[in-house]
Amino acid sequence: MTGPPDRPVIDLRNVSKTYGVGETLVHAVDGVTLQVQRGDYVAVMGPSGSGKSTMMNLIGCLDAQTRGLYRLDGVDVRLLDDRQQSRIRNRKIGFVFQNFNLIARTTALSNVELPLVYAGVPARERRRRALAALREVGLADRIEHTPAQLSGGQQQRVAIARAMVTEPVILLADEPTGALDSHSSEEVLALFDQLSAHGRTLVVITHEAGVAAHAKRVLQMHDGRIRSDERNAPVDAPPPALRHPPTGVAS
Amino acid sequence: MSISESARFAWRGLTANKPRSALTMLGILIGVASVIILVGVGTGANQSVTDTLNSLGTNTLTITRKSSDTTQLRNPFVAPSVDAAGSGTNIRDTRLTMSDAEALADPELAPAIRLVAPVVVATRVTATLNGASHPIPSTTGTTTAYLSINNDTVVAGRVFTDTDYRAHSRVLLTGRTVAEALAGGDGSSLLGQVIRLNGKEFTVIGILEAKGVTGRLDQDDRIIAPATAVQDHLAGYGDLSSIVAQAVSAAAVNDAQAQIESILDARHRTNVDTRDFTVTNSATFLNAAKSITDIFTVLLGSLATVSLLVGGIGVMNIMLVTVTERTREIGIRKAIGAGRSDIILQFMLEAVLLSVLGGIAGIIFGYLVCQIEISGFRAVVAPYSVALAFSFSLAVGLFFGIYPAMRAASLKPIDALRYE
Repeated sequence: MTGPPDRPVIDLRNVSKTYGVGETLVHAVDGVTLQVQRGDYVAVMGPSGSGKSTMMNLIGCLDAQTRGLYRLDGVDVRLLDDRQQSRIRNRKIGFVFQNFNLIARTTALSNVELPLVYAGVPARERRRRALAALREVGLADRIEHTPAQLSGGQQQRVAIARAMVTEPVILLADEPTGALDSHSSEEVLALFDQLSAHGRTLVVITHEAGVAAHAKRVLQMHDGRIRSDERNAPVDAPPPALRHPPTGVAS
Repeated sequence: MSISESARFAWRGLTANKPRSALTMLGILIGVASVIILVGVGTGANQSVTDTLNSLGTNTLTITRKSSDTTQLRNPFVAPSVDAAGSGTNIRDTRLTMSDAEALADPELAPAIRLVAPVVVATRVTATLNGASHPIPSTTGTTTAYLSINNDTVVAGRVFTDTDYRAHSRVLLTGRTVAEALAGGDGSSLLGQVIRLNGKEFTVIGILEAKGVTGRLDQDDRIIAPATAVQDHLAGYGDLSSIVAQAVSAAAVNDAQAQIESILDARHRTNVDTRDFTVTNSATFLNAAKSITDIFTVLLGSLATVSLLVGGIGVMNIMLVTVTERTREIGIRKAIGAGRSDIILQFMLEAVLLSVLGGIAGIIFGYLVCQIEISGFRAVVAPYSVALAFSFSLAVGLFFGIYPAMRAASLKPIDALRYE
């Protein structure tokens, strides 16, 4: 992907998200400042309740911050109305969830076509792009299968195809391997490595060190704040797993 | 996103749970079908009344004597017997006579009247032929004019003429029921035969065209003969049962009525309050009957509308359940780029599809039911009731779809995704 290299894709400035009021007030995200450059592969780690999922929801425009400034690809998302926010989610963000979140009783192909439908892509073009995306994740022979007819790993690969079919600026993954066995997990992580090698920007939320080992940059969150920020590989370099053999997913 | 894409999603939503969609549609189907059927029954009743009255002749007026009971009510201090004896009073026992009928056939005084016919009815007449016998409820003695006033024609033979009338000829026309009863078969062999009415010989010169059955009244169980012959042999020379007249046009019916009233008032020396006769015209009957059946139709239609409303609430109920059940799906769709309007459109179209498909099925069902004939009566599908039922079911879908659709669309994507 080409673009202005100096402008961060994700730009959080002192962003907070609180729930409740008074004594029950909870700071899920507490004054986080974070920039993610184009082409980076970031893992966000932390125990449950550390605010990492809330942060992903903020980054993905699924939720609005209580305080602070968030620019996605240079756009202040709080200034956008509902229609513009859904358009931004559609064009700039691809989501991969722990529980896949495919639409039930709908074929893999239709699931992958869905974001293109909302983007207004004509049917023929839509089909061509969805087929290409499914081929890339290795599911060209499963396009007419419904989620119920696919294994967990296959469902997650359909979800990745759906996330990537619009060629979004960032791919957001929330515990993408959380519901998968180790073999399927490796397949998914290998796909992420490939995407990263092709210059995509990835943000992966995980509590597994093995998953984080694939990222170029690892953030540790605790109590809604970023504890540490380590870099394993430069932004413009290939991901660590493709430079030397991975240290083992299940370790 | 285009409407056709939303319609595709909506269709998929419907087919995802077929039994439930089918049951919801059944509610709308019953609603729409009952509107069409019940309005059809009302319209059918209206039509049947109109047809019956039209078959009695259009532009016709009937002059009957007022029953003595009514006369008595109007003049409580004057006994009927006194009427009969008294000669100096305005109230005379004179009823309707042949000369009354002749007086009405006056182009000078009654220009709005085209034809006038006296009617003599003989009751308790039994017709016999070679041992076959048949009681005749209605034996009408009249003139040739009666036939054209009453739209009566013969299918075989000829009608009687003024010559027959003046000659007191013992000729007659029979209805089909009488002919069948006496001659057997389709009755056509009765033509030209001599039958006996209460023992008096009459020649059958024509067989009347069938008029069918109205309610319980068989309109073909009758005999028409010249009034002169009927008076000579069957009814005697008393009063006329009635006088029928035909106005020159439908528009002239009211003029004709006024002219009849003034001529007879002059002859009977009566006025509007003391009149011993009544003039009715078919338009009056028709309007009275129509206003009753119209009320009937409105009543039935509004009852059916209630069931359509109940069906609509069923749609709303199912859509609310659907929204709750598919909250996660809504969250996924929003996460990957569906806007509020996309979600509203999808769920609203789902509700509209439900009710429109149910509505179409209801129209077909209602139409089929209206084709069934029950004891000679058939409901008539009124085009307006189809349009009404269909647009109402469309409106029901839109109206009861809006609330669940709005609810679905206003969910925050993160809340919808978290929903279990």
